Amino acid sequence: MTHDHRHDHDYDEEMGFRVGALERVLVEKGLVDPAALEELIETYEHRVGPRNGAQVVAKAWTDPDFLARLRRDATAAIATLGFAGRQAEHMIALENTPKVHNMVVCTLCSCYPWAVLGLPPVWYKSAPYRSRAVSDPRGVLKEFGVELADDVEVKVWDSTAELRYLVIPQRPAGTEGWDAERLAGIVTRDAMIGVAQLRLEQGK
Amino acid sequence: MNGAQDLGGAHGFGPVLRESDEPVFHHRWEQRAFAVTLALGMLGRWNLDMSRYSRENRHPVDYLSSTYYELWLKGVERLAIDHGLISGQELKSGRGLSPPDPGIAPPDAARARELLRSTAGAKMNVAVAARFAAGDRVRVKNLHPATHTRMPRYCRGKAGVVAIDHGVYVFPDTHALGLGPKPQHCYSVRFTAIELWGEARRDTVHVDLWDDYLERA
Repeated sequence: MTHDHRHDHDYDEEMGFRVGALERVLVEKGLVDPAALEELIETYEHRVGPRNGAQVVAKAWTDPDFLARLRRDATAAIATLGFAGRQAEHMIALENTPKVHNMVVCTLCSCYPWAVLGLPPVWYKSAPYRSRAVSDPRGVLKEFGVELADDVEVKVWDSTAELRYLVIPQRPAGTEGWDAERLAGIVTRDAMIGVAQLRLEQGK
Repeated sequence: MNGAQDLGGAHGFGPVLRESDEPVFHHRWEQRAFAVTLALGMLGRWNLDMSRYSRENRHPVDYLSSTYYELWLKGVERLAIDHGLISGQELKSGRGLSPPDPGIAPPDAARARELLRSTAGAKMNVAVAARFAAGDRVRVKNLHPATHTRMPRYCRGKAGVVAIDHGVYVFPDTHALGLGPKPQHCYSVRFTAIELWGEARRDTVHVDLWDDYLERA
């Protein structure tokens, strides 16, 4: 976990042989269907990702009725947009305000709301983030370029159970009158994990 | 277990390293380890808590020096052997040496897609009385189970306030050992930075904790 992405050809070749041996045994014994494996990879490589969560955020910003439903039952509200299932069975939306900044971590493994954000980036699963997000959140945020005033409360959510958290970042100034689709285009994955703030001048 | 997976508050790991334009998977073997883990899990022979336990329950050096999907692969190899789906000999040779169990029908692509969309989670539709309510002051018990637990060490013995009662959930400590779901309330408990880290920041950490971990403060 110290070096989650090793650029080491021998290592990757060795891991390829190892997983290949397991896969071959499983296919020969009829324990997995190769077409199902392709379906699983295709789903998370191409179909599910942070664009889903961005739609949730944009709708929360533009539709007060949706926001009310999101507060009452985030899982049900998010399901109305078509996003549901694995690693998002029990959702909670965390709204950032001028005085509260929410940030999500899983110190014990890598829990992450797959159905709205896809699979987590390597840094989210890495030891530096998992160790420091709870004890030094402001230091971590600083590395991500976020500096918060002392009177802002940083609320860190450690995903130790099956609840999955989605941060609703503050809507950036200068987006008045934008429709949900245009707004969704500026919502980033990192903002929905709670390690970024949205600003128009970030080149979006 | 007081293992290497329990990283909250640990020192020495350095800065958070990010990669721009990061792909979902970096190598083909990572895709395969991911997919095989999900597909085998869909056979229903083990649960998610057992999967987590299979990844963390190893020598700390092994845990910390393995990459993320390497841990998934090691975990699923162990589960497949321990649950009798394959033998160690088969894994070593890379060939199926005995015929498949006719009782096993792995999900095809359509069924796998359906299962990914399943909204059945760890929340249980059973009536169990809550021991605490939002606003209650609680303390995390000084427990050191040598097996799977979702109580991080950094909050052990610490006092906090119940922020949310999430309702009744599967209890991972027993579930990971095949001892049943032991349904009980799970709460979001809010801890201050001064309580956890001795620092007078106005920051808080919210941890999801079950009734069995908590006592009244």
